[in-house]
Amino acid sequence: MVALATAVEAAAGLALRIENLSHGFALDGEHLPVLQRVSLDVAAGEFVALLGPSGCGKSTLLRLVAGLEPADSGRLLADGEPISGPDPSRVVVFQDPTLYPWRRVWDNVALGLEAQGLLKTHAAKVDEALERVGLSQFARAFPRQLSGGMAQRVALARALVNQPRLLILDEPLGKLDSLTRITMQKELIDLWQRQGYTALLVTHDVEEALLLANRVIVFSDRPATLQAQLTIERPYPRHRDDPYLVDLRRQILGLLGLGENW
Amino acid sequence: MSSVDATTLNPPVAFKVGWPGLAVIGAWLAVALLISYWPNATRDWPMTQGLAHLCVGVAAVFGVSSVAGRRFARLGLRLRGAASWLIALPLLLGIWELLTAKLALLPVPFFAPPQALLAVYVEDYVRLADSLLHSALLLGAGVALGAATGFIAGVAIGWSTRIGYWLHPVLRILGPVPSTALLPLCFFLFPSSWSASVFLIALATWFPVTVLTWSGVASVDKAYYDVARTLGAKQPFLIFKVAIPAALPHVFVGLFMGLGASFSTLVVAEMMGVKSGIGWYLQWAQGWAAYANMYAALLIMALACSGLISGLFRLRDHLLAWQKGAMKW
Repeated sequence: MVALATAVEAAAGLALRIENLSHGFALDGEHLPVLQRVSLDVAAGEFVALLGPSGCGKSTLLRLVAGLEPADSGRLLADGEPISGPDPSRVVVFQDPTLYPWRRVWDNVALGLEAQGLLKTHAAKVDEALERVGLSQFARAFPRQLSGGMAQRVALARALVNQPRLLILDEPLGKLDSLTRITMQKELIDLWQRQGYTALLVTHDVEEALLLANRVIVFSDRPATLQAQLTIERPYPRHRDDPYLVDLRRQILGLLGLGENW
Repeated sequence: MSSVDATTLNPPVAFKVGWPGLAVIGAWLAVALLISYWPNATRDWPMTQGLAHLCVGVAAVFGVSSVAGRRFARLGLRLRGAASWLIALPLLLGIWELLTAKLALLPVPFFAPPQALLAVYVEDYVRLADSLLHSALLLGAGVALGAATGFIAGVAIGWSTRIGYWLHPVLRILGPVPSTALLPLCFFLFPSSWSASVFLIALATWFPVTVLTWSGVASVDKAYYDVARTLGAKQPFLIFKVAIPAALPHVFVGLFMGLGASFSTLVVAEMMGVKSGIGWYLQWAQGWAAYANMYAALLIMALACSGLISGLFRLRDHLLAWQKGAMKW
């Protein structure tokens, strides 16, 4: 309880260091390299967006950072400690909300606390997280009764309830309609500014990366290597028509090979 | 009797209850008159008047409950839903009565009239109840054993490749064998015919429950595990809080199939060796050419099996309330 409370107050983001990371899959007996010698430093509290062609290995990188799979070679350090497995300080929000259909919204949000045996003492955090994403009224609903945007907000609440120090966002808004996306982008920024966690976002949407991130990393095609990094020095809230961002967007699309024809 | 006093409080409801309600009462009274006053053709069946009284009784019970249905909305709703069946039933009963007792169009010893069944229930209820109890005990023991072991085996195979390595071949060889085929073998392998039957019923239940539980656990979306693991879940949590609840819809399909298979195994086991139970009663009645007893036992069996399936559906609806558009029994 005390430990958790201090973690909250520290509200510290986690410093992530990726050193010479390489990873691949076996596909029909052949080795398919996905990541090649990727090195990246993410400062505590930073919001970093990863952009790259579809299937270039960004999501694989997130899985490795989350500790869901061990990397083939290279090092992953969270605050200097090697990442050896999943940990509730590093929580993933996936593209699909993947709520458990047999649990009500409240119980879905409570999942992490329950898994860690903290639910009895910290049940109030569940209500708090639901409040934060504006879904208190739907606590008793089943996931099938929610819209796509609401379901994704529940998934966000399920992640936030664990006070993550690194929030890993794997295209969390990818399947939402454009209006819901804009609202959720605002919410993500809000939450990040309030909580101070480190955020690692994979997205296909250049505009989204520019609106949310301190730094945008552009990956090459598979096997993914770091192609470019752009620091975005613009205060929040940002506006999508900001000429500075529009210019950056053109540059990035050029890097992704789409400069001419959009 | 129910439409005359249609109150102004809720006239539409009263109107709806009214005419079908009268038709139900009329149909039951009509069949009572038919049974009572139309002379029996070949022989004087006992309980003929008893059956007529029973029909009058049904009409009276319906009349009382439809009046009560005005006050208790749920009862009224159920009665209205069943109204067509409540009219069809006395009609069918009347046809049955005409074909057997009144006109003797069907060969007599093989087709018993309804009053003969009533006579069986009145005279032989002790033996019938005893048979039902023994069947229930045997079935209960076998199904409980088979469902529990099947569930555990299914989860184990679905979860652990090492356990699956050993269990899977057993499942593939033993499972598809109709358990009734093992009956002769089991009757001399086991100390008693009862324990042999429990084993066979358990086996019949075990196979579908295992296969469906296994497939349920194996088909759980891997993303569910990823989510739980990143939130700090350990192995037991993944099994009991993720895999099993996610697999439950499959498990219930397995339970339905297993329960169905257990019924036929039960009856065959009782006919072949166990000296009690509904299956034994059927065999015994047929041996004495007591066809009315056979029909009476069959009817009880139909109601009991249907009741068990309904119970399982209720349990499923309760546990799987989160599912959308689940089939209603």
